[in-house]
Amino acid sequence: MRKLLIAAVAAFTLNLGAAQANSGTYVPEFKDASWSFEGFFGRYDQKQLRRGYKIYSQVCAACHSLNRVAYRNLSALGFTEDEIKEIAAEKEIRLPYGDAGALLNDDGEFFTRPAIPADKFVPPFANDAAAIDVNGALPPDLSLITKARKGGPHYVYSFLMGFMDEVPEEVMHQKGFVLNEDKNFNIYFPGYYNSMPPQIMDEMVEYEDGTPMTGEQHAKDIVAFLNWAAEPELDHRKSLGLKVMLFLLVLTAMLYALKRKIWANVKH
Amino acid sequence: MSSPEWKNPAIKWVDERLPVFSLMHHSTAGYPTPRNLSYWWNFGSLALFALIIMVLTGVFLVMNYTPHVDMAFDSVERIMRDVNYGWLLRYMHMNGASMFFIVVYIHIFRGLYYGSYKGPREILWILGVVIMLLMMGTAFMGYVLPWGQMSLWGATVITNLFSAFPVVGDYIVTLLWGGFSVDNPTLNRFFSLHYLLPFVLFAVVGLHLWALHAVKSNNPLGVEMKQPEDSIPFHPYYTIKDLFGMGVFLMFFLYFVFWQPNFFGEPDNYIPANPMLTPPHIVPEWYFLPFYAILRAVTFDFLWIIPAKLGGVLAMFASIILLMALPWLDRSKVKSCKFRPVYKWFFWILFADCVFLGYLGQKPAEQPYVIMSQLAAAYYFAHFLIILPLMGKIEKAVELPESISAAVLKKSEDA
Amino acid sequence: MADTATNVENKTEAGESRRDFLLLATSAVGVAGTAAAIWPFVDSMNPSADVLALSTTEVDISQIEEGQSVTVVWRGKPVFVRHRTAEEIELAEKDNTADLRDVQKDEDRVQKPEWLILIGICTHLGCIPLGQKPGDPRGDFGGWFCPCHGSHYDTSGRIRKGPAPRNLAVPPYEFLDDENVKIG
Repeated sequence: MRKLLIAAVAAFTLNLGAAQANSGTYVPEFKDASWSFEGFFGRYDQKQLRRGYKIYSQVCAACHSLNRVAYRNLSALGFTEDEIKEIAAEKEIRLPYGDAGALLNDDGEFFTRPAIPADKFVPPFANDAAAIDVNGALPPDLSLITKARKGGPHYVYSFLMGFMDEVPEEVMHQKGFVLNEDKNFNIYFPGYYNSMPPQIMDEMVEYEDGTPMTGEQHAKDIVAFLNWAAEPELDHRKSLGLKVMLFLLVLTAMLYALKRKIWANVKH
Repeated sequence: MSSPEWKNPAIKWVDERLPVFSLMHHSTAGYPTPRNLSYWWNFGSLALFALIIMVLTGVFLVMNYTPHVDMAFDSVERIMRDVNYGWLLRYMHMNGASMFFIVVYIHIFRGLYYGSYKGPREILWILGVVIMLLMMGTAFMGYVLPWGQMSLWGATVITNLFSAFPVVGDYIVTLLWGGFSVDNPTLNRFFSLHYLLPFVLFAVVGLHLWALHAVKSNNPLGVEMKQPEDSIPFHPYYTIKDLFGMGVFLMFFLYFVFWQPNFFGEPDNYIPANPMLTPPHIVPEWYFLPFYAILRAVTFDFLWIIPAKLGGVLAMFASIILLMALPWLDRSKVKSCKFRPVYKWFFWILFADCVFLGYLGQKPAEQPYVIMSQLAAAYYFAHFLIILPLMGKIEKAVELPESISAAVLKKSEDA
Repeated sequence: MADTATNVENKTEAGESRRDFLLLATSAVGVAGTAAAIWPFVDSMNPSADVLALSTTEVDISQIEEGQSVTVVWRGKPVFVRHRTAEEIELAEKDNTADLRDVQKDEDRVQKPEWLILIGICTHLGCIPLGQKPGDPRGDFGGWFCPCHGSHYDTSGRIRKGPAPRNLAVPPYEFLDDENVKIG
């Protein structure tokens, strides 16, 4: 433990270079994508969030948890109370023990109950070990993914679109680069090789609102949904911000006028 | 310092027993202030305003925060998602810390430029340095509380600084941790201290203000107030000016809160702490970067007896403690840089040097940054230890105005 | 250096009144803004979204046999759901005319006579009365018995004997269908 700490301190105080060797490696600019929630007046597009939710629940949810989002939060996407109840009830929550205090039921399984709207999204695996066992690596929880990566939604979008069948020349000739046939090459991923195979393809999920079902569109929609999962307060934050700013503009202008008045006859 | 005659009998009754109204009078309408203060003098009251915002938001955040390694991160996310306006309180607290430092750094550089540390304001200045130290400690411990990756590894690295001290180092580190690594006991004591220190801060701010009211404000001319015409009462002149400043400050502050809430933050702190995995880029909060650059600049054993690790730590602490000696390092009688044609340029070089150190603090410790850090750090010390005393000896100052009012009247005549 | 120059201004009447108005208006706006700024702080102390989400509890009553009771948690409190037998209902209705401390008819305490739903907290000092489990003492009136200070409740949850001042409270609830009740 002590050694580990000393190593950490060394990395921090003297030797950031090793860790930052990556900064010298080839990473292209993030792919160009824009969302309705960006900018000063930006807001979420509810239809887009619903498309994104559909992709999450049909594709991502097979491996990735969304632990910090509750079913009740789906009301922000326009789902009705009954719809949310139905969505929640499809999942089972594992109970620590049954009514009589037994850990397992007669079939040797854990006791469960159907999820309710107040529950958080039920994760696909019982624990990290089970997730690693199935996937070979731990699929990260997605609830904060756009906040927890430099570049935010732009990184996540680029990552989803950044898988490549062939390693580009710039990377191939880099010192220390080693081909890895077991993993998947992604030009935006630090270290290039990722355990997740590429997921985005045309018509991966059926859209009902007439939006073109291209890979780019799917990627944009899922990233919008994930951004909502990470920052559900964004709409409220920006609209409250506008009101507060407007008020402060008025108040500060009045304070300035008053200051001018009070100081009018003072030479300073 | 004569007390006003209170006409209201209730006020009079209270004031004779507890002179709060006289105190208020003496620090507002009865408090003489130089008439020529510029907007740079707004940053003192802004710093107090920032401290109040921090304490208020902090007290309410604590109502929903859980200081435990298993629950801290979740409780912060619950604040962000489920607590009414929790996101607002937390983003205000997060960005408020950065604002507090911006305001205080400007306040300090203003003091440096106008020689506000010189007699009779030595104690006022030293109390200011104590405030900065307390702020740094409080900010560092606050950053640990959300228990993200940067919280854990920042705490690990900073606490390990103390292991550099010979003999007692390891003992101090264990004492800080309350265990054998940064863990739950560490989080708990940091939480306790993070809640305590702001109140200590308030007390020292009280002393800072007390000292200020004894020696009165410096001013852009650096000439003390001598006659009634030099001053105006603090209220209403500077109350309204400070309030206007607060309006502008709030707009700047809240822009970040509402539109760029994570601008000053690190994405890694949105990943729950993992003691088995160090993030690839550990960088302290921006306000520590210049000191961090000085820490890392010492890559060599100093004078053959001080190992590099200890040297870095000592240099970092020295860079702050040094400020306390400033009133005695600067031998010049002239306060304001306005009348110091040569030193003025050195002030700006020092300012640029500090910004440059901040830039280097976030760069990897590799060439050419290492040598740059060493030069910039060396210059920082040279400024205070060589240039400043030397300037007091050789610089020829421009002639000072006779008094504040004389200068002000001359200026308005010229205009 | 003690006094300040107070004669720096050249006051004029018109300027004074304009300044007074501006001072008044600015103060009003400032006070309004401060008041509004207090609200987020106060509101953060109100129940949060996750707490509110648990303000209702749905109970599946299809598995509760006649004569059985279950205890469910609603807003952190125990709620008794009893599937009453015909005799219990009869007894409860007969006692409408008995000498009651807190006078209430049985039909005012139930929506469907066979389902009695009560907050399981003794109105005396907040203990949880016994009577939910088959072996529990049910007191002299066949309902519930509070072991702390000996309050007896009848099959309608009314206080009949002992120190408790009021009947066991009935929480707000509705039957979503024949098998599900929403409490709260």
